[in-house]
Amino acid sequence: MTADMTRLTAVQMAEALRVGEITSVDLVRAHLDRIDAVDGGEAGLNAFLHVSRDEALATAEEVDAIRAAGGAEAEALHPLAGVPIAIKDLIVTVGQPTTAGSKMLEDWMSPYDATVVERIRAAKLPILGKTNLDEFAMGSSTEHSAYGVTRNPWDTDRIPGGSGGGSAAAVAAFEAPLALGTDTGGSIRQPGAVTGTVGTKPTYGSVSRYGAIAMASSLDQIGPVARTTEDAALLHELIAGHDPKDSTSLPDEVPAFGEAARTTDVSGLRIGVIKQLQGEGYQDGVLARFQESLDALREAGAEIVEVDCPSFEHALSAYYLIMPSEASSNLARFDGVRYGARVEPEDGPLTIERVMGATRAAGFGDEVKRRIILGTYALSAGYYDAYYGSAQKVRTLIQRDFAAAFEQADVLISPTAPTVAFPLGEKLDDPLAMYLNDVATIPANLAGIPGISVPGGLSDGLPVGIQFLAPAREDARAYRAAGALETLLTADAEPLWAQAPELSTAAAQTAGE
Amino acid sequence: MSEISRADVEHLAKLAHISMTDEELTTMAGELDVIVDSVKKVSEAVDAEVPATSHPLPLTNVFRRDEVGEVFTAEQALSNAPDAEDGRFKVPAILDEE
Repeated sequence: MTADMTRLTAVQMAEALRVGEITSVDLVRAHLDRIDAVDGGEAGLNAFLHVSRDEALATAEEVDAIRAAGGAEAEALHPLAGVPIAIKDLIVTVGQPTTAGSKMLEDWMSPYDATVVERIRAAKLPILGKTNLDEFAMGSSTEHSAYGVTRNPWDTDRIPGGSGGGSAAAVAAFEAPLALGTDTGGSIRQPGAVTGTVGTKPTYGSVSRYGAIAMASSLDQIGPVARTTEDAALLHELIAGHDPKDSTSLPDEVPAFGEAARTTDVSGLRIGVIKQLQGEGYQDGVLARFQESLDALREAGAEIVEVDCPSFEHALSAYYLIMPSEASSNLARFDGVRYGARVEPEDGPLTIERVMGATRAAGFGDEVKRRIILGTYALSAGYYDAYYGSAQKVRTLIQRDFAAAFEQADVLISPTAPTVAFPLGEKLDDPLAMYLNDVATIPANLAGIPGISVPGGLSDGLPVGIQFLAPAREDARAYRAAGALETLLTADAEPLWAQAPELSTAAAQTAGE
Repeated sequence: MSEISRADVEHLAKLAHISMTDEELTTMAGELDVIVDSVKKVSEAVDAEVPATSHPLPLTNVFRRDEVGEVFTAEQALSNAPDAEDGRFKVPAILDEE
C-alpha cells in the first residue's frame, strides 16, 4: 500500500484515511518524496515553484491527531481532510510565496488568503506548494513562466499545456492527487487534455475569484484539477459557493457534483457535436479519439446531434481583443510603488514615470508586454468601437449560439484542444500559432458557461482530451456526461492516468541504485 | 496594409508605462501587426443592432453595508512595498526637475 499511495485517486486516499489504513502524514510524505524524485534538476518536471513541506506536514499531523482522538471533531472532518493538494501560483496564499510566474512578484508574500485557499485550509487539505504557470496565466504552454518551463510527464520534451501546466503536470505525475487551476481561455482544460488529467472550468461566478491575481476579470475562473471526474467534482464542491468578497459571485447553492460525476447513465441524454469545433486544424488522432468517444456514448444510449454555432468563427478574435484589454487594465496595478518589484532606470532623473517604465520593462516578460500593448491599442481612442466594442458584440452572438445549441442538446461536446502536446519551443516564436490552441476552449469563457475536459485516449502515445460544455449553472450536467464517458472508456481498459510512462530522473535513478 | 507601425507601438508603450528598446519596438510592431490583422475581422462580424456583452452572466451591482470590516494594518499593507517611510508608501518624484 505504502509504495503506491500516490497512485490512488483522491477518493481512495480519503477512504483509506477514514478507515485508518494510512495516515495523512504518510500520504503527504509520499507526495513530498515523489516531488523530490521527479520535480527538480535539469530533466525534472518543474511543476512546483515552491514546496511547503513543513506546512503540509503540520496540517497532516493535525488531521491525524483529530482522527486518532475520534469523537465529534473527527466525525465533522471534511471527507477530503488530509488529502494533499497543490495550488496554482496565481492564487494567493499567506505564508507561501505567490509569484504569478513573474519576476514582478519574485519576493512578494500575500498578506491575505484567496477565498478558495481559506476553504481548503478550513477543510484541512495539506497544501503541498505552488505550481508553475505562464506569467500571469498568459500562455498555452507554461513556457512563458519567468521560472523555467514545466515538462509534460508523458514526454518530457513536450509542453504540459498552459497556463496551468504546473498543476496538470503535478497531478499527472502523482506529485499531487488534486490541484487548483484558473481558466481564462482554457488554462485548466487544455493542460488537462494534454496531460491525460481532468480539469473543470466552473460556471463564471460560481467559485470565488477573490485572491486569484486578475488577468481578464470577465473571463477568469478558478477550478479543480484531478485525475478522475469524481475527484474533480468533490474538490469543486469544496471550493464553490457564494463569497461576499467577490462582487461577481453567484448566490447559488452548491449542487452535489460528486454524485453527478458518479452517474453512469447517459440513456436519453442529448449530446450536441459542435460543427465548428472539429475538422480543419484538428489532428487526425485527436478527431479519431473524439469519434470513438461519440460512438461509445451513442452505444450507451445517448442521442448524438449536430449543432451549428456560426459565430464561433470569430470567438478567437473576440477573445484576443477582450482578454488583452482587460489584462492591460488589471496589470496597471504593478507600478513599482505599492508592492512587487521596483527597478530604477540606469541614467536620468528618478521620476515616478521613468521608474514605472523601467520596473514594468524589467518585471514583465515578452508575452505579458505583448498583451498589455495589444490591450492598450484595442482600448485606445479611435479603435475602441471597432475592436473592443465589436468583440463585445461577438460575445453576445456566441451566447446566442450557445442558447440555440442548448435547445437542441443537454450538453455539448468537442475535442478540448486541436492537437496533442507539442514539442517545447515549437510555437514560442509564433504568438498566433500559440493562440490557436485555445480555439475550442475560449467560447465557454466568453459565454460564462462550465466546461470540463476528460481523457479520451491516446494519439501517438500522447493524451487527447474530450470537452463537455453545459449551460450556465448546470455544471452538474457536464460532470454527469464526463463521468459517464470516463466509465465507458475505462470499462475494459486501465484509466489513462494509470498508463503514464515511468519518469526517469536523476533523483529517481539514484534512489533505484 | 500595415495595421500597427513602430511609431504606434512606441506611443502605446508610453501609455502603458513600459520602457522599450528600439529592438523591442520593432519586434513588437511586427508581431502585433500579424495579430491585429487576424483579429480585426470582428468588426465585420457584427452590426449596430447587436448589443454588447461586457459580463457573461446577468448580475446587478452588489453593494455592501457601509461598515468597517476586516482591513489590513498599515504594517501589512506596507509589508511588500519597495520603499516606505513613516507608515507610508514612498513614491519617486512625481515631477521632473525641469
